[in-house]
Amino acid sequence: MVELSHDTRPIIGRGPPLGATFLTLALLSVGLMVADVRYNQMAHVRELLSAAAYPLQVAVDLPFRAWDWLTGSFADRSRLRQENMELTGRLRLANLQLQRFAALEDENRRLRDMRENSAGVADKVLVASILNVDLDPFRHRVLVDKGAADGVFKGQAVLDADGIFGQVSQVHAETAEVILISDAEHAIPVQSTRSGLRTIAVGTGDSARLSLPFVTVESDLKVGDVLLSTGMGGVFPRGYPVAEVTRVERNPAATFALVDARPTAQLDRDREVLLVWFTPPPALEEAPAAGAAPAAEAPASEAPPPAETPPTAEPAPPQERPQ
Amino acid sequence: MRQSTFTRRLLYWLGVAAGLVLAIVPLPDWLSPARPDLALLVVLYFILTSPRIAGLGSAWLAGLLLDVLRGMTLGQHALGFVLVAFLAHRAQLRMRMFPILHQAGAVMLLLAAYHFVIFWTDGLTGHGYTGWNRWLPVLSGTLLWPLIVAAGDTITRRAR
Repeated sequence: MVELSHDTRPIIGRGPPLGATFLTLALLSVGLMVADVRYNQMAHVRELLSAAAYPLQVAVDLPFRAWDWLTGSFADRSRLRQENMELTGRLRLANLQLQRFAALEDENRRLRDMRENSAGVADKVLVASILNVDLDPFRHRVLVDKGAADGVFKGQAVLDADGIFGQVSQVHAETAEVILISDAEHAIPVQSTRSGLRTIAVGTGDSARLSLPFVTVESDLKVGDVLLSTGMGGVFPRGYPVAEVTRVERNPAATFALVDARPTAQLDRDREVLLVWFTPPPALEEAPAAGAAPAAEAPASEAPPPAETPPTAEPAPPQERPQ
Repeated sequence: MRQSTFTRRLLYWLGVAAGLVLAIVPLPDWLSPARPDLALLVVLYFILTSPRIAGLGSAWLAGLLLDVLRGMTLGQHALGFVLVAFLAHRAQLRMRMFPILHQAGAVMLLLAAYHFVIFWTDGLTGHGYTGWNRWLPVLSGTLLWPLIVAAGDTITRRAR
């Protein structure tokens, strides 16, 4: 049972009436939401507030990091030896592949130079750790420990060792929020390695599944096809693996096939990701002649017009967020 | 029986801070949707026990901090918090006389209103998620309410 308060001050004259305060604050909240969503005006306020929130986030992250460090430093010798051997083996294999790739890359660069198009190769990467902080359980976002102070910018591509992970959606001073490719609001232009088919992969809110809503029934896509990033839109570097097709269902009566793909990146298991800087393809800067200027950043325009709404039940057509 | 307003104020803000920290502590995926809104429950408890300390302004601020911590649209949780605080202030004289189970029922209604606000604003800002498990915190919060009251009463009594 809750106790009575010990407030002995008179009831009358306690400040503004409750209803008025409520109305003011409610209107203020609505104003904040409108300013944040419609006009993107809250960046500075958010940055200021997140500077206040940062110590809390670090405080939450710290025990987990300390535990990792502790278990790491007291790991027994045999396990370390085994891990070391495994890593050496993997490194040898990787080096072997690298030798081959080095020659290929040289050749590739020469060919591209001929076409004056040295696009999409990552120039600079920065390793960022994912903070052990839970954001909204129904959105696929994570917080990483690099922010504006490290030169992170909004719309920056984020990769992990196995493929494309997501992109930066908000930059704070010391941290940045990354939206995963599996978030229901995210879309990424992809290309099949086997058939060269280009389409859009949309997140579903399930970290093991992307959806490809704009694949027509007769297009050439099979289970097992690897989808690479196309570099269209200028957000993601070109030619990195995004997903592998896991399901293709063709209903001859429908316009579009039901296609699912599994992201190659370890979206739910990663603790460290790579922030990538690269030079966007110059061809794209000339492209806007075809349409409005922002078309270069909105790759959804290359998709066929959606006859049916995408399964994400999203009001707006899926687009990569403009940088 | 007197307790300085300062101690109470301090306890209030410490409680809210603890609630905010627990709002972002990582939980296993299956448990995460059912995470109770501890910060809101702390605010509610203090509205019922010391309404002069837990005003609408402080509830609003706690909600705004939650928005920032979880990277939501600014003002979403703030609106939910201020609505719950307003309703609780209105019903406060009655609510604190309720037996504990009855009180938990009232808290359930308030939590449902809060989650409806979040759901609604989520939909308006284009983040609509309509799964049933987004209503789980209402249940977990209701079940937790007697514990919150017991813990709160113990702590405030000891701090006296």
